[in-house]
Amino acid sequence: MNQSLTTQEGSKLANRSRTSRVFEWFDERTGINKLLGKALDEPIPGGVRFAYIFGSGLLFLFISQVITGVFLAIYYVPSADHAHTTVAYITKEVTAGSFLRSLHSYGSSAVVVVLLLHVLQTFVYGSYKGRRELLWIAGCVLFALMAGMAFTGYLLPWDQKAYFATAVGTNIASEVPLVGEGIKRLMRGGADMGTLTLSRFFVAHVFLIPSVIFFFVAIHIYLFRKAGAAGPISEDPIAPKQKAESFYPRQLLMDLVFSLLLITALSVFSWLVPAELGPKANPSDTQFLPRPEWYYRPMFHWLKFWQGSQSFIGIIVIPTIVIVLFVGLPFIDRKLERRPWKRPVGVIVFALVFLSFVTLGVLSYRDDRRNPAVAAQIAKQRKETEEFMRTPFEPETASSSLAAANIALADPLAAQGKTIFEAQSCNSCHGDGGIGTPAGAKLIGVGAKMSPDQLITVLRQPTAKMAEGGMTPLKWKDDDMKAVVAYLRSLK
Amino acid sequence: MEREDQSIEAGTQQSEGRAQLAAPLERRSFLGLLFGVGSVGVTALISIGVASISALLSVPIVRFVLHPLSAKTTETAWSEIGAAEEFSAITIPVKRLMTVEQRDGWRKVISEKSVYVTKGKDGQLRVLSAICTHLGCSVPWIEAKGQFICPCHNGVFAPDGALISGPPPRGLDELETKIEGGRLLVRYQYFRQLVPTKEVIA
Repeated sequence: MNQSLTTQEGSKLANRSRTSRVFEWFDERTGINKLLGKALDEPIPGGVRFAYIFGSGLLFLFISQVITGVFLAIYYVPSADHAHTTVAYITKEVTAGSFLRSLHSYGSSAVVVVLLLHVLQTFVYGSYKGRRELLWIAGCVLFALMAGMAFTGYLLPWDQKAYFATAVGTNIASEVPLVGEGIKRLMRGGADMGTLTLSRFFVAHVFLIPSVIFFFVAIHIYLFRKAGAAGPISEDPIAPKQKAESFYPRQLLMDLVFSLLLITALSVFSWLVPAELGPKANPSDTQFLPRPEWYYRPMFHWLKFWQGSQSFIGIIVIPTIVIVLFVGLPFIDRKLERRPWKRPVGVIVFALVFLSFVTLGVLSYRDDRRNPAVAAQIAKQRKETEEFMRTPFEPETASSSLAAANIALADPLAAQGKTIFEAQSCNSCHGDGGIGTPAGAKLIGVGAKMSPDQLITVLRQPTAKMAEGGMTPLKWKDDDMKAVVAYLRSLK
Repeated sequence: MEREDQSIEAGTQQSEGRAQLAAPLERRSFLGLLFGVGSVGVTALISIGVASISALLSVPIVRFVLHPLSAKTTETAWSEIGAAEEFSAITIPVKRLMTVEQRDGWRKVISEKSVYVTKGKDGQLRVLSAICTHLGCSVPWIEAKGQFICPCHNGVFAPDGALISGPPPRGLDELETKIEGGRLLVRYQYFRQLVPTKEVIA
């Protein structure tokens, strides 16, 4: 039979059968064929549509955030001392660092945009109807978790805007009656913002919230598959009647085209307008005007209306009502009617709430522009950020080097002691700066173990253990002794 | 094979389905044409999509991770210890404290190291590390004896750093130097102790 085939055809056949043999081997052990079939052969009543791409788009963006986030953590250090330096290092020095950070930073905005489109599509299509309450609630939980990711991630660069926006954000929590102050302290890891706040936000942003997101994404997708795709607005959400088309291949392709578009747009944007980093947080700055990211602007502006004794209503009661209405939507609107024009109350309320958000956001930006003092301060902050971005990266001086360098400046007596320490060759055995060598003990921290008098005593008359190590009794003048002791006590 | 058969079947079903939906589909999108090329074409398109997305994402990530390969983060820079002519007339070793700045990623470590500027037998300037090649003590110059004498185990070295007596396995280590614009520059390095040959510790 082989003889009748041309060489080319023959090798093609051989290749194919080898590939399929490898596939069979793999399938027998993993059951991938059945799994893929189950995953891809999801029936979509009424056929595939571009309107259904947002869920996959969100999943894609989340994965992109996870990947870029994991890699950013290679250079990032979550501590108030180093966070800003390390982010500056990523932005200004590391190859592709600015680009990767921009992808991650703008990725959060992209998540919010696609999330809103996903909610909008679900609402307009009435896809939350027909035994989909839990699916909707899982989606709401994911919404809240993404908001939490945006909030916790914003602090991590530890620049001015990060610090002050989070100070405002955590202050809001204290408006909750009875437990508010406790919640605020818990979020901050103390009464004030500091390095413990950063640790907490980092752990929440990198470990806690993402793991819960993974869990709820699984639940959301499972519940979606259990309920089935809702299809177009004319479809019965419980027992679909229209001819179904499989998710694979055309819906998958549409979803992929969308993901490709998203990542291309994000990349182009990150390339052209890299995400900025402001100057390091300065808690004593009393002028700084914190402004949150655009998607928190409506809430930010809303809070301005509610100050004083009534703030409880604006900050707690009204948002709670909106959230309860939103989460409870599939319980409140129980009819199976999906066409938007046949359910005017829901559509109008939803549109009003949405428009209020847009209006609040617009007002927030407008107010900033109209108030000359605010506009000037914000312009100043912008300038400071631009200036910081222009200056080349300045590495942080390691604290041990600083301590050594500062001795001479801080205490003349200790500086004199240092001279004696070196002139008398103490550094020969105890090392420069008392770091210790094989021949002599480390002297750093010795001041915490012994008082000045004790130090003088053992220097004049070494202990048996010291003498064994080669330490000789010192017969110096009292002044020299005091100077050396002052130097020893400065070694930390 | 199995997968392909299924897709072909699905393709037939689809085309039947599309016959009924033909009108709304055409009205809905011109992209329908693109997506109507059949399962094999679509699979190819999807593969290209997946490949391009992963390629797009992985290039900057790989460069980001490989940054240390191109960055000069750990290399010790040259430090200046004074004007070259300042040392031209020296007859005995002169101690100098040099400031060594070392980059460590996003931080820099500044340390002070003592070195001796001396002259070799050929009359050329040499800069010696003050670290004893025996166990690492700092070796002082003892002017009264005209020798370097390590206080720890009595290693004795000549003014040019050569080993005279005692337990050290070799003479004091010479550091790399160069003269730029009349300034004497030194590259500070650490060397392995207790071995007869000079080996840089990375």
